[in-house]
Amino acid sequence: MGDLIEIRWHGRGGQGAKTASLLLADAAFNTGKYIQGFPEYGPERMGAPITAYNRISSCPITVHSNIYTPDYVVVVDDTLLESVNVTAGLKKEGAIIINTTKDSNYLKNVLRDYEGSIYTIDARKVSMEALGQYFPNTPMLAAVVKVSNIMSEEEFMQDMVGSFKHKFAKKPEVIAGNMKALELAMKEVKKI
Amino acid sequence: MGIRERLSGNEAAAIAMKQINPDVVAAFPITPSTEIPQYFSSFVSNGSVDTEFVAVESEHSAMSACIGAEAAGARAMTATSSNGLSLMWEMIYIASSTRLPIVMSLVNRAVSGPLNIHNDHSDAMGVRDSGWIQLFSENNQEAYDNLLMAHRIAEHKDVLLPLMVCQDGFITSHSIENIELVEDEKVKEFVGTYKPKHYLLNTAEPIAVGPLDLQAYLFEHKRAQAEAMKNAKKVIASVSAEFEKMTGRHYEFFEKYKMDDSEIVIVCMNSTAGTAKYTADCLRENGIKAGVLKVRMFRPFPAEEIAKALANQKAVAVLDKADSLNAAGGPLFEDVTSAMFVNGVFVPTVNYIYGIGGRDTTESEIRNVYMDLIEIAKKGKAENPYRYLGVRSK
Repeated sequence: MGDLIEIRWHGRGGQGAKTASLLLADAAFNTGKYIQGFPEYGPERMGAPITAYNRISSCPITVHSNIYTPDYVVVVDDTLLESVNVTAGLKKEGAIIINTTKDSNYLKNVLRDYEGSIYTIDARKVSMEALGQYFPNTPMLAAVVKVSNIMSEEEFMQDMVGSFKHKFAKKPEVIAGNMKALELAMKEVKKI
Repeated sequence: MGIRERLSGNEAAAIAMKQINPDVVAAFPITPSTEIPQYFSSFVSNGSVDTEFVAVESEHSAMSACIGAEAAGARAMTATSSNGLSLMWEMIYIASSTRLPIVMSLVNRAVSGPLNIHNDHSDAMGVRDSGWIQLFSENNQEAYDNLLMAHRIAEHKDVLLPLMVCQDGFITSHSIENIELVEDEKVKEFVGTYKPKHYLLNTAEPIAVGPLDLQAYLFEHKRAQAEAMKNAKKVIASVSAEFEKMTGRHYEFFEKYKMDDSEIVIVCMNSTAGTAKYTADCLRENGIKAGVLKVRMFRPFPAEEIAKALANQKAVAVLDKADSLNAAGGPLFEDVTSAMFVNGVFVPTVNYIYGIGGRDTTESEIRNVYMDLIEIAKKGKAENPYRYLGVRSK
């Protein structure tokens, strides 16, 4: 599993972290990779902290356990920063990508001993501008692709058109907005 | 060449059922197998199968409907988990003793109580002596492949036993992974048409199904069931060989991973085998000769073959994802060690109960088991063979 990339998603029930992890798996699959995308199911209720995972590799993946030393962590809801140890096991060569408007002092302080890179994005702003509603998972998906370089932006954007057509077969009117959210997010995500 | 896809284990099972296109599916939803009848019912409603889908009011009725359908001469399938299987229990025995080759997709989940929706193998182990063939699957691919082979095995004239294909709840049932599907026409040809010899709807041969069976014959009928289970071994081997010709995917009673030169081996089933393989590979980079024996066919149990495969090891650990609560050891451990003893294989062997109620089993825990085996191999004996892995002691 030479080039294996492991990603852990932290979100709250209803925000679509699980869906985002599945869409990422889909996109990577379409570029020829071996993939895993799976949620850790706990109490299934709106607002409860949830975790989802991705493994992406050019070799077959046989490990079937949760991810404890991720290369990347995605935090879909910044209120989790104070209640969940989101950087647990995160490799310092890796990065954390947070949906937040909080300043860098707060983030560095709340992430305590974490030494790796921190990226932020205001997924609410992106989502409201592109979709008129707050769905943070689409911008976060674009942000993690941008930061991790799992695939090229062009490959990703092309693939997502197909994925959204499939996922939103019954409401095609939201496809353009979701594509716009991806585009904006690619520009919006910043390293602090 | 097959079709490159990415599917969850539940999707893979539902797609297999779609390609098999059975006459009847009767099911009641239960986590984590709910998606299987859910996806399947959409195949029924959009016309991609012509199956009679019976949305029953309980699992007891689901199995009863499958029994009725098979007895009538139809091919029937179902899916369930955990307490759903518990509620079927009475009918599970009726299905096997009536020699009806029903096929079930069992998505393994802990049996209550206390209530838990996550994976272990306590549901499958509860019916290990019920006369069902039990095949275990490491991932979505194996769950799919085992289902495609299931009817050919179960319906064989020398077998005529029901069969369940097991996979780990959530761990594989809800994980999207790569899979290679077989083309619809090839599946159709491979599975073939069900032509039962005796069936209720045959007006040319009126028969009774399930009559009273007392001292005069029940023993002989049970003996015949036991014989059918023995016959199943040969049939499973030949159907697997035919499947390999079609797909290139090789299946035996169990997989011997890196066992040509191994000295220490972990025996386990389902998804944990994948984690164990990865761990064995890592240890081999440091010159540790680790192997994995993954049991695919748990019923019938390949006793002689497993004993032979373990004969030259220095130490063996059997991982059980169900505790027998018998003060002696888990079900797989007891079967493996009994097979070894009866076949004159005396290798120090220990048991680890692990992963109960969905407790995650990590590479580092598997590594610890191999480290224990190195010590046991050095001493040449295993103390305290009934152990636990990943449980808190306080």
